Amino acid sequence: FTKQPLDQARIDALEEMLIEADLGPRSAARITEAFAATRFGKAVDEAEVLEALSEAIADELAGHEGRFDPLSGPRPYVVLFIGVNGSGKTTTLGKIAADLKGRGARVLVVAGDTFRAAAVEQLKVWAERAGADFMSRPTGSDAAGLAFDALEKARAEAYDVVLIDTAGRLQNKQGLMDELLKVIRVIKKVDPDAPHETLLVLDATVGRNALAQENIFGNQIGVSGIVMTKLDGTARGGVLVPVAQASDSPIKLIGVGEGIDDLQPFDARAFARSVVGLGEN
Amino acid sequence: MFDALTDRLSSVFDRLSGRGVLSEKDIDEALKEVRTALLDADVALPVVRDFIARAREQASGEAVIRSVRPADQVVKITYDGLVEMLGGEGAEGLNLSLNPPTVILMAGLQGSGKTTTAAKLALRLSRERKKVLLASLDTRRPAAMEQLATLAVQAGVDSLPIVAGQSAPDIARRALSSARLQGFDVVILDTAGRTTLDEAMMAEAAEIAAIGQPHETLLVADSLTGQDAVRTARAFHERLPLTGLVLTRADGDGRGGAALSMRAVTGLPIKFLGVSEKIDGLDVFDAARVAGRILGQ
Ligand SMILES: Nc1nc2c(ncn2[C@@H]2O[C@H](COP(=O)(O)OP(=O)(O)OP(=O)(O)O)[C@@H](O)[C@H]2O)c(=O)[nH]1
Ligand SMILES: Nc1nc2c(ncn2[C@@H]2O[C@H](COP(=O)(O)OP(=O)(O)OP(=O)(O)O)[C@@H](O)[C@H]2O)c(=O)[nH]1
Ligand SMILES: [K+]
Ligand SMILES: [Mg+2]
Ligand SMILES: [Mg+2]
Repeated sequence: FTKQPLDQARIDALEEMLIEADLGPRSAARITEAFAATRFGKAVDEAEVLEALSEAIADELAGHEGRFDPLSGPRPYVVLFIGVNGSGKTTTLGKIAADLKGRGARVLVVAGDTFRAAAVEQLKVWAERAGADFMSRPTGSDAAGLAFDALEKARAEAYDVVLIDTAGRLQNKQGLMDELLKVIRVIKKVDPDAPHETLLVLDATVGRNALAQENIFGNQIGVSGIVMTKLDGTARGGVLVPVAQASDSPIKLIGVGEGIDDLQPFDARAFARSVVGLGEN
Repeated sequence: MFDALTDRLSSVFDRLSGRGVLSEKDIDEALKEVRTALLDADVALPVVRDFIARAREQASGEAVIRSVRPADQVVKITYDGLVEMLGGEGAEGLNLSLNPPTVILMAGLQGSGKTTTAAKLALRLSRERKKVLLASLDTRRPAAMEQLATLAVQAGVDSLPIVAGQSAPDIARRALSSARLQGFDVVILDTAGRTTLDEAMMAEAAEIAAIGQPHETLLVADSLTGQDAVRTARAFHERLPLTGLVLTRADGDGRGGAALSMRAVTGLPIKFLGVSEKIDGLDVFDAARVAGRILGQ
C-alpha cells in the first residue's frame, strides 16, 4: 500500500463502508468524524486506516462485552431465550445445551414455543443432540404453565441449568409481549430471582429495527444479554454499535453457523475487525 | 403524510430562506435529509445513491426551486420516486403454467420465512381451487419437514410424504413425479435456508432449480433486513432463476427499506408481503403502502 494523506474522499468512503456494515448514518458519521479529527491530513496506508478504525469501534463495544456463565450462578440457573421470529433462539439454545452438557452440567431443555408448527420437534432434536433432558407440551398448550412445571421439576431433581425456549414475537405486538411477561411472572412464583438470564437473540441481517427490538424487549421484558446470530453470512451486524450506545445490555455470544459448535463468546475486538472487513489476527 | 421528513425538510429550507429561488446547494442540503431518512429506513446505500441522483434532477426543476413550500415538493418527489422504483401501482400475482403442474421454488436465507410463506401460498392457491402439493427439500434444519407437513394440514393441502435419508435433489425429483402422476396443479418446493457464502449450499440450490425448472422462483426475505439486502438479493439472483420477491414480517415496526433495495438490485417484482405468523397472513404487494412506510408514515 502507498501512503496517502487522509483526505475527505477517503473519509467519506470509510463512512460509507460503516453504513454498509449497518452502523446507521449517525454512528457511521460520528465514528468517522472522530477518527478523521485525529488523523486528517496524515499520511497513512489503507491497512493502517482500517486497523485504527476497527480499534475505534472496538473501544465503543469493549465496555459492552458480557460473559455468559450459567454454571457459576445459583442452581437451577434459569435461562430464557427471547426475540423476534426466526432470529435463532432455538438453535442458540441447542448449542448452549450441548456446551453445558459437555462441561458435565445437568441440563433441562424446555419447549416454551408452544405456538409454531414443529417448534417442539425442532427443539427435541437439539436436546437429543446435546444429550440434555427435554420437557414439552403439545402445541397450543399454555407456555407459562409449562415453564412453572419445568422449574418445579428442575428444583426437585437438582438440575444445574434450565433452558427455556419461547415463540418468536415481533416487539410491536403487545398481546404477544404480554404473554411473555406472563411466563416471567409464573417463573418468579417458583424462584423470585429467575430467570437469571434473559438472552435476546438478534439476527445479524437485521438493520435499524434491532434498536427497537433491543429497546422494547429490554424495557418490557428485561434483557440480561444479547446474542447475535448468523454472523457467518454476508451481514456484518454493525447495528450492535448503535444498540450498545443506546442500551446497557451486555453482548454475550455470537452465532456463526448452524452447527452445534457454532457459538462463540462475543469479543469486541474481533467483532470490530470483521465490521471493517479485516480478518482475524 | 410523512410529517417527520416534511418537518426536517422544512427546517432545512427555513434555514435557507430569504432568497426567492433555491440554489443547487439548497437542494443538496435537502437531499441530504432525504438520504438520512432512507438510510434510517434501511434502504441500502448504493440504492440510496441512485435514488438521490434521480431525485436531484427532478428537484432542480422549476416547480421546486420557485415553490413557496419546497419541502412539500421534495417529499412528493421522494414519495413518487419510491413508488415508481418499487414497481408502481398494480401488483403482479403468481405466474401459473398452462401445463400443470406449476412449479414454485422457495429460496432465501435461514429463518427468512420460506416454509411459512410456502404454506401461505398453498392456502391462497387452494382457495383459488388449485390442487397444491407442498414438498420440503430441507434435509438440514431439525424438524423442517415436520413443520411444513403440519402447515400443510392447517392449509388443507397435501404434502409430499417424508422419506428419511433422501437428498434435496432427489426429493425434488420425487415431488415433481408425484405432482405429475397425481394431477396436482401446483407443487411448491420449500428449501433449506442458506447463506450466500455457503458455496455447497448455493450449488445445491442451483441444482434443485435445474431439476425443477420452476415457473416461479421466489426469494423470501425478511423486511427487517438492513444493508445486507443488496448482497443477499444479488447473490441469489446470480445463482437462481428468480422471478419474484416476497418480504416477510411486514407486520413488524420496521420501515422496510429492504424492499426497495432488493427490488432495485434485481429488478424483480415484489409479489407478496408476509403480515403474520398465521398462514392466512399474506398480502398482495402494494407499492404505495411500502413507500409510505419507508418515509415513516
Ligand atoms: N447461518 C446461520 N444460521 C443460523 C444461525 N443460528 C440459527 N440459524 C438458522 O436460522 C434459522 C432459524 O433459527 P431458529 O433457531 O429456528 O430461530 P428461532 O428464533 O427459534 O425461530 P422461531 O422459533 O421460528 O421464532 C434456522 O435455519 C437455523 O438453522 C447462525 O448462527 N448462522
Ligand atoms: N410475524 C411474522 N412472522 C413470520 C412471518 N413469516 C414467517 N414468520 C415467522 O418467522 C419464523 C421463521 O419462519 P420459517 O417459515 O420457519 O422460516 P424459514 O425461512 O423456512 O426458516 P429456515 O427453514 O430455518 O431457513 C417463524 O417463527 C414464522 O412463524 C410474517 O410474515 N410475520
Ligand atoms: K432476519
Ligand atoms: Mg424457535
Ligand atoms: Mg424452512
